[in-house]
Amino acid sequence: MKKFFAQTYLWLLLAMLYAPILIIAIFSFTETKVLGNWTGFSTKLYTSLFSGGVHHSLLTAIENTFIIAIISAAVSTLLGSVAAIGIFNLHHKKKMIMNTLNNIPMLNPDIITGISLFLLFVSLGITQGYTTVVLAHITFCTPYVVLCVMPRLQQMNPNIYEAALDLGATPMQALRKVLIPEIKPGMISGFILAFTLSIDDFAVTIFTIGTEGLETLSTYIYADARKGGLTPELRPLSTIIFATVLLLLIVINIRSARSKKQSNAQ
Amino acid sequence: MNWFIKTFSRRHNWSIPYLIFLLIFVVLPMLLIVYYAFHDADGNMTLRNFTKFITNAEAANTFVYSIGIALITTLLCILLGYPAAYILSNSELCRSKVMVVLFILPMWINILVRTLATVALFDFLSLPLGEGALIFGMVYNFLPFMIYPIYNTMQKMDHSYIEAAQDLGASPMKVFTKVMVPLSMPGVMSGVMMVFMPTISTFAIAELLTMNNIKLFGTTIQENINNGMWNYGAALSLIMLVIIFATNLFSDEDEANTNNEGGII
Repeated sequence: MKKFFAQTYLWLLLAMLYAPILIIAIFSFTETKVLGNWTGFSTKLYTSLFSGGVHHSLLTAIENTFIIAIISAAVSTLLGSVAAIGIFNLHHKKKMIMNTLNNIPMLNPDIITGISLFLLFVSLGITQGYTTVVLAHITFCTPYVVLCVMPRLQQMNPNIYEAALDLGATPMQALRKVLIPEIKPGMISGFILAFTLSIDDFAVTIFTIGTEGLETLSTYIYADARKGGLTPELRPLSTIIFATVLLLLIVINIRSARSKKQSNAQ
Repeated sequence: MNWFIKTFSRRHNWSIPYLIFLLIFVVLPMLLIVYYAFHDADGNMTLRNFTKFITNAEAANTFVYSIGIALITTLLCILLGYPAAYILSNSELCRSKVMVVLFILPMWINILVRTLATVALFDFLSLPLGEGALIFGMVYNFLPFMIYPIYNTMQKMDHSYIEAAQDLGASPMKVFTKVMVPLSMPGVMSGVMMVFMPTISTFAIAELLTMNNIKLFGTTIQENINNGMWNYGAALSLIMLVIIFATNLFSDEDEANTNNEGGII
């Protein structure tokens, strides 16, 4: 009986959490302007979403979002992995300072990160646009990469690296053949995480995107929603974003489950 | 040995590029907020930005109202989230891990998409947008952030305490209030942080959920920055930072305590 109530409660909460998204997804397959008014199955919203007309800038926005996400994720992964190796080898006090600094962007609310970077760019007289958005995204993504790579370094047997050196490998070779393979799973998870964070971001982007007409998906949705409430084309768009994020998360989860299994087997 | 020291020093030096990056893109910008907050548009040192906030009824009211909304949201999230976390962490009541993933998943969906979905739900049920929608939207947006940390703490909790309390004759109610609640407090604290902080700092959500009728503090900050009132905007940001820092101190203290306890045991 107790279990029945517990399960019912969980499912009710889940229904509340997923109902809005489900409604959007279902009504993305019909043409109606008003939600709740099913006017027959149609994929017209999906085609009109991508076929120009009023929403011609959407494709550019999607393109921008992906380019920004790929560049930010790649740079963050590189910077974060190198930093993780460095921080891992630091001594106690310096390590603590670096970890604290690394935590600031994660603890800061998005709006503060956005405004602080906005002030930085205006003070330095940098015109805001592509570069500033990418820099801002690297700023809030890299800490997460560091957090993904760090556990791999801690789990690694330090003797392996030294053994490689003892056996005559140059530091460069030891790095390439020993260290990088060990931290690679962490780097990949970090990359995917940074990628999702970048795609998802709104608050930081809006402050660093400038007024040159550059748009990402988030700012596009924001501008559109602000103009006309919930325009029909936002429904297929939200559905696509939801499905993409879902897919990426499943990939991350399978990866981490697999690596757990591997480390258990070892 | 020499070559080893060399490589070693080279490897810990690998943190230097990131340190420089952090100084330019994290530390310097934060200092700029402080600088702008205490200067006027001409670059003279002043406290006028803060006195303006205190004497300006609208901004101060928005501030108080935002804290109120954030408190209500946090409270509702605890009331809804605590039982959920309890059930999820209890293997007798819920065996599948998939449930946990289902609760965490919404954390990763774009906040604007989630907010638009709430607007869609209210449209669908033909309910009016306004304060009710705002609170529902906030709870809907941030509930997973409450459930997850509480679930995590309960998961790590030593269940022999509960069994011991039961063996020693405590009633289920007593077990809950005297054992469960105190032990899960660290999770509740970090949940409170993860809900209270974003609720007080969001700006687009309130706009969309109330058709721009209700303004929250985040919106005020954004409007000022957008209208070129950087100094005033920076001062408001600083006020928000101080509040967040203060709440952070609370939970930090708590966490430090539990860490110590864990260490002793």
